Amino acid sequence: MNNKPMKILFVDDEVAFLETLIKRLKKRGMDVSGTNSGEAAITILEANLVDLVVLDVCMPGMDGIEVLKKIKGKWPAIEVIMLTGHACLEAAGEGMETGAFDYLLKPIDIDDLLFKLEDAYDKIQISKGKIKTDEGGLNLNIKKTVKLG
Amino acid sequence: MNKNKIWGRPYYKSLTRNIMLTVIVVSFTPMILVSLVILYQFKTSYHEKVNAHLEELVLKHKQNIDIFLQDKTSDIKILSRSYGMDQLSNDSFLAERLSILQQEYKDVFVDMGVLNEQGLQVAYAGPFKLKNANYHEAAWFKKAIKNEVSVSDLFLGLRGLPHFIISARQKKGDQYWILRATIDFLSFNDLVENIRIGETGFAFIINRKNEFQTKPRVDISSEKELYKSLLVKKPEKFNGVQITIEQVGRKTKSVYGDEYLYVSSFLKNNDWLLVYRQNTSDAFSTIRRSMSLALVILIFGGSGIIAMTYLLSRRMVGFIAKSDTEKQLMNQRMVETSKLASIGELASGVAHEINNPVAIMVEEAGWIQDLLEEEEFSNSENLDEFERALNQIKAQGHRCKKITRKLLSFARKTQSNNHEININDLIREIIEHFKKRIKGSNVTMETDIKDPLPIIHGSNTELQQIFLNLINNGVDALGKTDGIVKISAMDVDGQILIKISDTGAGISPVNLDRIFDPFFTTKPVGKGTGLGLFICYGIIKKMGGKIDVDSVMDIGTTFSIYLPVNDKKNEKNL
Repeated sequence: MNNKPMKILFVDDEVAFLETLIKRLKKRGMDVSGTNSGEAAITILEANLVDLVVLDVCMPGMDGIEVLKKIKGKWPAIEVIMLTGHACLEAAGEGMETGAFDYLLKPIDIDDLLFKLEDAYDKIQISKGKIKTDEGGLNLNIKKTVKLG
Repeated sequence: MNKNKIWGRPYYKSLTRNIMLTVIVVSFTPMILVSLVILYQFKTSYHEKVNAHLEELVLKHKQNIDIFLQDKTSDIKILSRSYGMDQLSNDSFLAERLSILQQEYKDVFVDMGVLNEQGLQVAYAGPFKLKNANYHEAAWFKKAIKNEVSVSDLFLGLRGLPHFIISARQKKGDQYWILRATIDFLSFNDLVENIRIGETGFAFIINRKNEFQTKPRVDISSEKELYKSLLVKKPEKFNGVQITIEQVGRKTKSVYGDEYLYVSSFLKNNDWLLVYRQNTSDAFSTIRRSMSLALVILIFGGSGIIAMTYLLSRRMVGFIAKSDTEKQLMNQRMVETSKLASIGELASGVAHEINNPVAIMVEEAGWIQDLLEEEEFSNSENLDEFERALNQIKAQGHRCKKITRKLLSFARKTQSNNHEININDLIREIIEHFKKRIKGSNVTMETDIKDPLPIIHGSNTELQQIFLNLINNGVDALGKTDGIVKISAMDVDGQILIKISDTGAGISPVNLDRIFDPFFTTKPVGKGTGLGLFICYGIIKKMGGKIDVDSVMDIGTTFSIYLPVNDKKNEKNL
């Protein structure tokens, strides 16, 4: 686990899901916060520094893609992982094209999520040029396999 | 289409049999009835005709004989009247009379004699030396002396030759005298013997004592008993002629040749009986010929009818079976697209709605798992059970995820449907895959691929999924029986038509309506999700194509997939 504090924001309209997930990640010592709408997420991002956003695609009101576009427009450094049910797979695909780092299918496996988060964090470090080679970040196997089947 | 399989079905067998039976019964019954009626009528009228003819014949001859006898009798009578006893007792005068008669009748008269009342022949003319012969005791004389004229029965007499005598009685003073003449047997016999018809018909005469008065052509003395019955009949009763049919020898009527027709008539004042005898089969030979001819026609016509009935009924049932099969195919082609579309929507809706709650449950289970890792629980005796239960919840959650994913793929728009696909390469790949699988099994795989086929646009993985599903189903349909799974591909009217057919058990009409429904499966629980065809249908529809199914029980199933070659709409759907 990366020791450096990584600020992660979870956006999901399913509050029960969101809360449990945040509890589980916090238990693992991560700096995680959450919100249940796209609009609220933008507000939070404007006020706080966030490294990574995990974004549910299917949300009432401002949906995941719109939020993604806004984030990529305003804060291109922030990496976004899309989170979706099956019905929004096309949207996830579209999200990938818009600049999302990766996507995950609900229900998610906590280990898969952690793995993806780490990958994304490594990418952030690389793009910031802060990564140290001895940390072995480049050796991480960055998987961008599109799992459709 | 496997014709033998259709013929083998009991329904068509019994149908063929029933048609045959009906046609045969309907055509034979009137034919046989008409034949019988006509034959009967013909037989009756022919018998009547033959009988009438024979009756007439016998009657005519009876008259002939009667006239013959009457003529001769009158001759003798006239002679006796004209000349008287004295003149006729002169031998030379008598011989002169005889010679005149003989000239007139060609040896019918053999001799003549004059007898006195005591039976003594006082004068004689003829080849025998019978002058002064005494006939006092002779039967003919006794009869002759009592009647004005008489004709005797046939007898041998003094000369030892068969003959009969006609005589005329005259009176001289108070004494009777008789002029008699002998009639040559042979010339009389000719009269009767000339009555001949056919091969067996001939006539003879018997007297009241049942003695032959003429010589029959064949020896029929053994039948003598029979004639008694003819003699018993009273002449008044049968208008002069009677006709009877009697069996001779064997008792059974079935043997031809033993049945004879007797036509008889009394003559000579009912003293003699003229009998005409003919074998019935000879007399009615025309009928027998007609019957044989009718029988031959009946047999040939009957066999003809049976053969034609057999051929026609087979052909008819063939048509029926064919149209049944076609009807079955037509019924089964109707895939209810609208129904499937709504079911698809329902399924994806349910899948979507189920997915979030499942995600939450899995997450909560994960949270509990996280908490269990804390020290305060590490000594709990049920820790392992908690772990097991939580893992189970997670596993089932992922199972739900798989199902919902499959379900949702029905309505899902894919982002990869603009790939250029060579359908033949794809099919070959899949067949290679299957060849390994069916190695050593009873399944034969055949391909009939037109090369090259136009490139189509779509998702490689999705098309693979379709073919894998359908070929898999085909192989499963064969089960443990020998069979063929055939894949053919061709281009038809700007579309690519891919057919995947198997020679398996077929799909029952009830099931056929439902095979594209989600979760419909005939496989055992756990072996199939029932989503294969549902997804295939969804993918093909998305590609702008069409899927059809033809299935006939016991013959097999064919899935036909039509894929558009150049469908630009798909690209817009990206």
